[in-house]
Amino acid sequence: MADHETKPIPRRGFMRAAARAACALGIGGGAAYLIAPRAPGERVWQIDPAKCIACGNCATYCVLRESAVKCVHSFAMCGYCELCTGFFNPAPNDLTTAAENVLCPTGAIVRRFVEDPYFEYTIDRDLCIGCGKCVKGCTMFGNSSLYLQVGHDRCLNCNQCSIAAACPAEAWVRVPAARPYLWKKVT
Amino acid sequence: MRSLHALLITLAAALCGGDALAEQRFPPPDFSPGYSMPVTEAQGAPARDDARGYIDAAALAAALALASYLALGRRSRRGLVVLGIASLAYFGFYRHGCICPIGAIQNVVLAIADSGYALPLTAAIFFALPLLFTLFFGRAFCAAVCPLGAIQDIVLVSPVAVPGWLARALGLVPFVYLGAAVLLVAMGSTFLICRYDPFVGFFRLSAGLDLTIFGASLLVIGVFVGRPYCRFLCPYGALLGLVSRLSWRRVRITPAECIQCRLCEDSCPFGAITTPSPETPPARRAGKTALALTLLALPVVIGLGALAGRALSPAFAHTHATIRLAERVWLEDAGRVDGTTDQSDAFRATGLSTDDLYLAAGAVRAGFDTGTTLLGAFVGLVIGATLLRISLRRKRTEYEADPALCVACGRCYRYCPVEIDRRKKLEQAEGRAEQDDGSA
Repeated sequence: MADHETKPIPRRGFMRAAARAACALGIGGGAAYLIAPRAPGERVWQIDPAKCIACGNCATYCVLRESAVKCVHSFAMCGYCELCTGFFNPAPNDLTTAAENVLCPTGAIVRRFVEDPYFEYTIDRDLCIGCGKCVKGCTMFGNSSLYLQVGHDRCLNCNQCSIAAACPAEAWVRVPAARPYLWKKVT
Repeated sequence: MRSLHALLITLAAALCGGDALAEQRFPPPDFSPGYSMPVTEAQGAPARDDARGYIDAAALAAALALASYLALGRRSRRGLVVLGIASLAYFGFYRHGCICPIGAIQNVVLAIADSGYALPLTAAIFFALPLLFTLFFGRAFCAAVCPLGAIQDIVLVSPVAVPGWLARALGLVPFVYLGAAVLLVAMGSTFLICRYDPFVGFFRLSAGLDLTIFGASLLVIGVFVGRPYCRFLCPYGALLGLVSRLSWRRVRITPAECIQCRLCEDSCPFGAITTPSPETPPARRAGKTALALTLLALPVVIGLGALAGRALSPAFAHTHATIRLAERVWLEDAGRVDGTTDQSDAFRATGLSTDDLYLAAGAVRAGFDTGTTLLGAFVGLVIGATLLRISLRRKRTEYEADPALCVACGRCYRYCPVEIDRRKKLEQAEGRAEQDDGSA
């Protein structure tokens, strides 16, 4: 460094170099310490279905225009009811798929007849906006087999998730990216 | 008829069990063979793999190295502008400004405060790498790598000088912001820096009205006042400012001997150029008295800060979800408010007792009492240290860039006649070399 030669006392330069080395060691060592002893790996956001109250914030608070949160269906938990309270609104005129009878605002639940008296319900993920209306219906009167999960094909994984900040039930958690879903356990 | 049956079952279920969430109210059906049940797990797309993060980290390292070379080696303002636009395009608009070193402060704090949280490698790299580069090459990160810096640097067309005292006073804000952000993460409230990032909404082309107004006004102010976010808010800038005081190489306005022409004096839009000390230094005795008084005042300032911090504890505690929930539940139980909120409904649905909630809230409040006291003392210390710096005088013989304030944007190079001379010679030499190449 050119300054060294012009300065009468190199002590200042020496002290600075020592402080610089200490700082570099501190930053590098601190970062290594925080990574090393634990399982390293990225974290991603997910919804704990046990805590979710299907308030509807997931549909509106996401920074994406169309939320990264989508409904998923645990088929093994489903009762395959004809009168599905996740599918039909509370007072349907008729048990048909006509828009005035169904809960889903975007018609994202596909109802398919399997065999008498069972119907299969699948989620059209392209249409689902994560509003949780069906989740609420299924949780209140049904088997609670419909629930919300963050779709990691869409999630930007913001450092502070806007939905997590707005979640009234503290249901948003950071999970390891290797296991990014919290599937409901089938009992 | 069957529908009526199902309706009755539904009603019965609604009447008997309201809160048993995972209860199988309807038994799984007995399908005749031939029905294959769809796989639930097939509905989950895999999380993006780590490779994306490592590519970002590599891009950051490359951009930092290039920015350091352009700022200190090549001394090229034009190169820094181009790199800044490229960084804005990649880290900003393409990668949506997340993760960034400013926000990574919070991941580091969370990893310290919460033993269950492992610091992601990319967050660690994003936090540490710009600090390490600054330690050796000055704030090259701010110059052309940070997308927030780049977007402000681009809009700066008509810089006006901020009065020194005002700039110094506002320069304290980043430390307050840093301290508050650290406190809120440590207490588990929120990631303050990310929530109020003014430009990330632009990068994602989606922001709430409040942050759009905040970001837009910063850009409008930024047309006249150089980089208002970087200088008067950015908490990472506060850290870089501290570290850059120790930097090994840093921006020197003149490449050789300063000829005291004063042409660069007003060239810095960030007020980072310090002038040489006056020929006749002020009385040594007066300086010493001022220094002694400041040193004596330091503990008082820290103590006052701690008291003020402690007084603000309830306000800070209100950022914590548990505190807000406990207050709401208390108000509802006491009959002071009508109705319930989603929060209180969710809490009551869990079946936990309110006493436990109040106990938890009490513990959080106690934590905030300690935390805000420390935060206040820290702010007091920062104020005291600033006062000390003012009363300390160092002899300067040339026009220098203050390492803490200089963001290595390279504007001043163009004002230095010695630099212009050097560049001319360099270009001539390069031209000659090219001619030689051509003839050979």
